[in-house]
Amino acid sequence: MIKVNTEDYPWHAGMTVRNLLDEKQFTFRHIIVRVNGEFVPEEDYEKWLIQDGDDVLVLHLMAGG
Amino acid sequence: MGTIIKDYSYTPAKIKRGYSGKSLYINLSDLRIEQKEITEFMKEKFTGGKGFDLWYLWHAVTPETRWDSPENEIVMSVGPLGGITQYAGTGKTLLCSISPLTDIPIDSNVGGYFGPLLKFSGWDAFELQGKSEKEILIFIDGNNGRIQIEEAEEYPEDTHLLAEELTKKYAENEDDMVNVSVVCSGSGAKHSYLGMLNFSFYDPRRKVCRFKQAARGGLGTILHDKKVKALVVKYRGVKPNLNDAADISTINKVGVKYHKEVHDLDHKQNKMRQIGTANTVMIMSQYDLLPTRNFQTGGDPEAVKISPEVFINEWLTQGLHDGCWYGCTMSCAKCADHFLITTGPYAGQRVTVDGPEYECAAGLGANLGVFDPQAILEENFYCDTYGIDLISFATCTAFIMECYQRGQITREQMGGLDLRFGNSQAVLELMHQISRGEGFGRIAGLGIRKLKKIFVEEFGADPKLLQDIGMEVKGLEYSEYAHKESLAQQGGFAMATKGPQHDEAWLIFMDMVNKQIPTFEDKANALYYFPMFRTWFGLVGLCKLPWNDLVPADNYKTDSPAKVPEHVQNYVDLFNAVTGKHIDNEELILQSERVYQFQRVFSVRMGKGERKDDYPPYRSLGPVSREEYLSRQELYDKQLRELQKLDPETMDLDEKIAATRRYREDQYEQLMDAVYRRRGWTENGIPTPERLKAIGMDLPELLEVIEPKL
Ligand code: SF4
Repeated sequence: MIKVNTEDYPWHAGMTVRNLLDEKQFTFRHIIVRVNGEFVPEEDYEKWLIQDGDDVLVLHLMAGG
Repeated sequence: MGTIIKDYSYTPAKIKRGYSGKSLYINLSDLRIEQKEITEFMKEKFTGGKGFDLWYLWHAVTPETRWDSPENEIVMSVGPLGGITQYAGTGKTLLCSISPLTDIPIDSNVGGYFGPLLKFSGWDAFELQGKSEKEILIFIDGNNGRIQIEEAEEYPEDTHLLAEELTKKYAENEDDMVNVSVVCSGSGAKHSYLGMLNFSFYDPRRKVCRFKQAARGGLGTILHDKKVKALVVKYRGVKPNLNDAADISTINKVGVKYHKEVHDLDHKQNKMRQIGTANTVMIMSQYDLLPTRNFQTGGDPEAVKISPEVFINEWLTQGLHDGCWYGCTMSCAKCADHFLITTGPYAGQRVTVDGPEYECAAGLGANLGVFDPQAILEENFYCDTYGIDLISFATCTAFIMECYQRGQITREQMGGLDLRFGNSQAVLELMHQISRGEGFGRIAGLGIRKLKKIFVEEFGADPKLLQDIGMEVKGLEYSEYAHKESLAQQGGFAMATKGPQHDEAWLIFMDMVNKQIPTFEDKANALYYFPMFRTWFGLVGLCKLPWNDLVPADNYKTDSPAKVPEHVQNYVDLFNAVTGKHIDNEELILQSERVYQFQRVFSVRMGKGERKDDYPPYRSLGPVSREEYLSRQELYDKQLRELQKLDPETMDLDEKIAATRRYREDQYEQLMDAVYRRRGWTENGIPTPERLKAIGMDLPELLEVIEPKL
């Protein structure tokens, strides 16, 4: 189990940041991802492996016009 | 050319540190034209823009004043930063008046050239009071210091024709047309409470007048009622430092930095330069936020037909500069050129359509069940040229459609119009009826609050259902975001001072997706900070979009990325550089709060602005119908289990709907308590004398209004 934006979410072996974003259908382009507080650059989404117990923050940066 | 009935000369005031120091007053009843001083007190307490508007309006009206009372004013002001040309989004005008929809002060912001040109003509603010006997237009010649009032009966009514004719009339030649700006409404404003104001800017590349809209709250209806067909300003000589800034080099520096961000990042972020605000349609649908069929659901598989790609590839002209004031590199005011109209009085003609903006694609599209980009553009064109606020029109029509489909009103009662969801031809015919003042159009344009009464009293509709599905608060229709799963946004809409428009707060992602504001106190803090911060744009003459529709590449490193701290600092720097003052972030919020609390007290004075006025329709909070519950059954059942410790397996559908409702209504009450505390209001939503004192707004006239309510 991992945390995604403070809520429990099931973890599976080999889960990358990209997998997580796809599973959660987080399609908004303008986001910030942090894993255990560490910023993950967009070019690393495919290769960054999420570990069981990780605390993932996916901040959507939109505040409306 | 109509007869000139008033000719007035003045010496245009020189602008000093962002202010001309003068405001213009015109009384249409007796054709009186006067100049007033902008006092230090006004600058100190109200800053400019909406602050000046509300201060003048307060003194013009009484609690008995209604939208069509002669003493009601339309007041406009551009603010001290308005008109600088080095930063993006610096030409916004703020307008206030007593609204026909809400009976309280409405404020609406708009781009286009009128506001800055008015200021360069010597006027920080402009009050229009009284009522003319004949239809007139007002022309302000800022270079020669002249104001003329002219009879205007023979001019066309609809915006695209009228603005073009007046721009040509007052420009000396083609090159001079960019120096003329027109404010007008259209035939739809004459026959409805949904009238808006178009503000023009001439586009020399396309050789047409383009428009931005002061859309909300019926301002066009009021202009029509005053028998003013148009306001025209002409000022030749816009250049970078007409504001007499104290520190022009800081303005240049901050501007260059921002323009570089636009150049480097916009195509990677929101693509504002390609599609404008409609870039979010698919995102909204994917996140369940696109209001669909009267806010019943938050998206639809068909939304892909009105996706940004469709508009970019098939309809919107690319690669031209589309800024609504000089220097706006964000350039989001997109348009469809040579668009062929197929219905109504302009059928067969090719026109330029300004838009669609997000609200248009969402409101006139998804919320009406219309997933046809061509129909949306035609609706967009007619709303604009008829002078109809497309947000209120869309939300109103969505309500009518649902009433029809739920059997609350009949086709006969709508004069034969088959207003089922998705029928864009019927929607267009309704617009034409509003424009002509005929048939069901005469009723449909009164706004949801009045429609509810008519449908119940005259057509026998169910008052409880209509209360639940009529998306209005305080009489104003909701803007186009579904938000059932964001408690903070429910408050952001329903507790907004003028009515449910998202320009006070847009917290949906922070709340619903990011989960950054989980507690009532967190939400209340956000519903304090964001409305205060966002109010500030309207005080100084700025557009909000450049603040957060683009963020610096390293914004993620900051403590509060949602606030975009570097851009906030840009604004502080710009304010200080223009005015020579020394404000910081806290003083910026204080400037806003003074005006924010003033507007709340103003609403209290006009009979709204208490707890009873801050309740949303239940459709805003949760599922009204069985179909809505079933469309997200998994989520709602989970919430029953986790939040209320109930077992949905043992409950029938109606019981589940009722339990969900009880819970959500209680959550909203708790949110109100927290927000009122944070804003320094009583349990009944009245600003306290202590709070007013703390921000330097314990003015006797305000205390007199609130004291009987404490
Ligand atoms: S960002 Fe768009 S709406 Fe705002 S000033 Fe620029 S062009 Fe106008």
